[in-house]
Amino acid sequence: MSKSKFKNPVVKWIDHRLPVFSFMDHELNHYPTPKNLNYFWNFGSLAGFALVTMIITGIVLSMNYTAHVDYAFDSVERIMRDVNHGWLIRYIHMNGASFFFIVVYIHIFRGLYYGSYKAPRELLWILGVLILLLMMATAFMGYVLPWGQMSFWGATVITNLFSAIPLVGESIVTWLWGGFSVDNSTLNRFFSLHFVLPFVIVGVVILHLVALHRFGSNNPIGIDVRGTQDTIPFSPYYTIKDLFGLSVFLSFFAAAVFFFPNFMGHPDNYIEANPMVTPAHIVPEWYFLPFYAILRAVPDKLGGVLFMFGAIVVLFILPWLDRSPVRSSQFRPIFKIFFWILFLDCILLGYLGAMPAEGIYVILSRIATAYYFFHFLILFPLLPYIEKTKPLPISISEPILGGGSTASAFAMREKK
Amino acid sequence: MSKNSKSKNNNEGKRDFLIISTYAMAGIGAASVAWPLIDQMNPAADTLALASTEVDLSSLEEGQAITVTWRGKPVFVRHRTPEEIKLAKEVSLDEMRHPETDEERVPNEKFIVLVGVCTHLGCVPLGQKSGDIKGQYGGWFCPCHGSHYDHSGRIRKGPAPTNLEVPSYKFLSDNIIKIG
Repeated sequence: MSKSKFKNPVVKWIDHRLPVFSFMDHELNHYPTPKNLNYFWNFGSLAGFALVTMIITGIVLSMNYTAHVDYAFDSVERIMRDVNHGWLIRYIHMNGASFFFIVVYIHIFRGLYYGSYKAPRELLWILGVLILLLMMATAFMGYVLPWGQMSFWGATVITNLFSAIPLVGESIVTWLWGGFSVDNSTLNRFFSLHFVLPFVIVGVVILHLVALHRFGSNNPIGIDVRGTQDTIPFSPYYTIKDLFGLSVFLSFFAAAVFFFPNFMGHPDNYIEANPMVTPAHIVPEWYFLPFYAILRAVPDKLGGVLFMFGAIVVLFILPWLDRSPVRSSQFRPIFKIFFWILFLDCILLGYLGAMPAEGIYVILSRIATAYYFFHFLILFPLLPYIEKTKPLPISISEPILGGGSTASAFAMREKK
Repeated sequence: MSKNSKSKNNNEGKRDFLIISTYAMAGIGAASVAWPLIDQMNPAADTLALASTEVDLSSLEEGQAITVTWRGKPVFVRHRTPEEIKLAKEVSLDEMRHPETDEERVPNEKFIVLVGVCTHLGCVPLGQKSGDIKGQYGGWFCPCHGSHYDHSGRIRKGPAPTNLEVPSYKFLSDNIIKIG
């Protein structure tokens, strides 16, 4: 069978010695995929597209960028004004970061809603959280490179988080800076790391895909695939669906790049870094705001840092926090309500992170932070003892085919 | 039966048209996305803005030479002596690899202006400073692979394929030239 798979003699010759074509045929063409995936399953491939876009535009930008405190800001302005199409490439990279996070956050909430982190996909989920962490580090260091006021003070505040560590905190911060403040050494190492980390992300993404293809995608009703009648080949069905989703995504992306390129940025970053003056109101990029709100909600330096990192750590252990055997929220009526509360809680935290740390905002930040940890640490483990889940369908085909005898017959046949 | 096969053929034609036009659109899209990424490596606007240089020759004595920078490359300006001018004009073009008369290359016979980059593989030839080796023909000598240039910057011996390039320049006054 495998002998006649490829007609092209060159492809056949190579594939016999190096089976890359068989591999691609197996993983991208025949790859059996649940037939009931909805559009929330588009966001993984969109994230991959965003990663590639960021790497390509980033390599191109680095050809025109100078990582030195005296030249960095001017070299970015030169990219905007003098380099051919430089404005376009930089705006794609700048907005690409935001869209990458939008897509990845939707991807994560999809996983939360449909229980995609549950056995046997725990490692798949953990690799995903690792990608999120790497993305955050990369995005943070990338934001420092234009060497504007927000770059400089963002770098100062975030690196100072490590000074909260008892005993060795100050030494660690000095080590991170390579000096006694954020300066040229800091900028140089951030540039180096900002360049290399995306390739580390690519490596983890490959592991993420290997783990995904081990058991295949989860699906909206969250039950296992029982046989070929529950799946369709990845190509052409999901390649076309992913391409359609990509074109919708690109419409929004292009609208942002061409019409609102600075909407998600901050005007203070168009002022060159000045170590003598802090801007009146500093905020991180929007995708860090919920975590920033948690940091500020805790009235203790070390405590704030621990809670902020804890907000990510709970994601790592989520597969063991959630004790319910039912994956999809469609069959968990109480969990479904709380899912949306968590979603709104994260939006609220994002809003509060952008507001000044005073008055009602501090109180709301504390309530929202408390809910976030309540949801993960108490609700996830305890809810399964209270909640009565709805009956699960026999197979993926059953709800589609109306639960008639055909679907049951399929299921019966598979059981034999 | 024949009607069926005919409609089948029509559908195949339609399908081919759709596939070809889809791939064509995708190709045009990919090319137009690739172009900005390629074109950014071409000279930027500020680089192009530095494309001309003015040189004051009033302090350049007979027999002296100066090197100026134009577009990041050295430009040789030499104030030639009457003997050098005579030699450059009288030599027979038959023995040259790249025959050009001195008049074609030097609008003002006193001053010769050349891009100081060997046409072989891009080294900067010697001959500008008084102590430099000037080669067998008294002009310039490239130390990298041994090309000899005469008083008009013409290749006379060695591997270089063509004469030293004459940049586009003009005299703004008797003593000031604008290169580029």
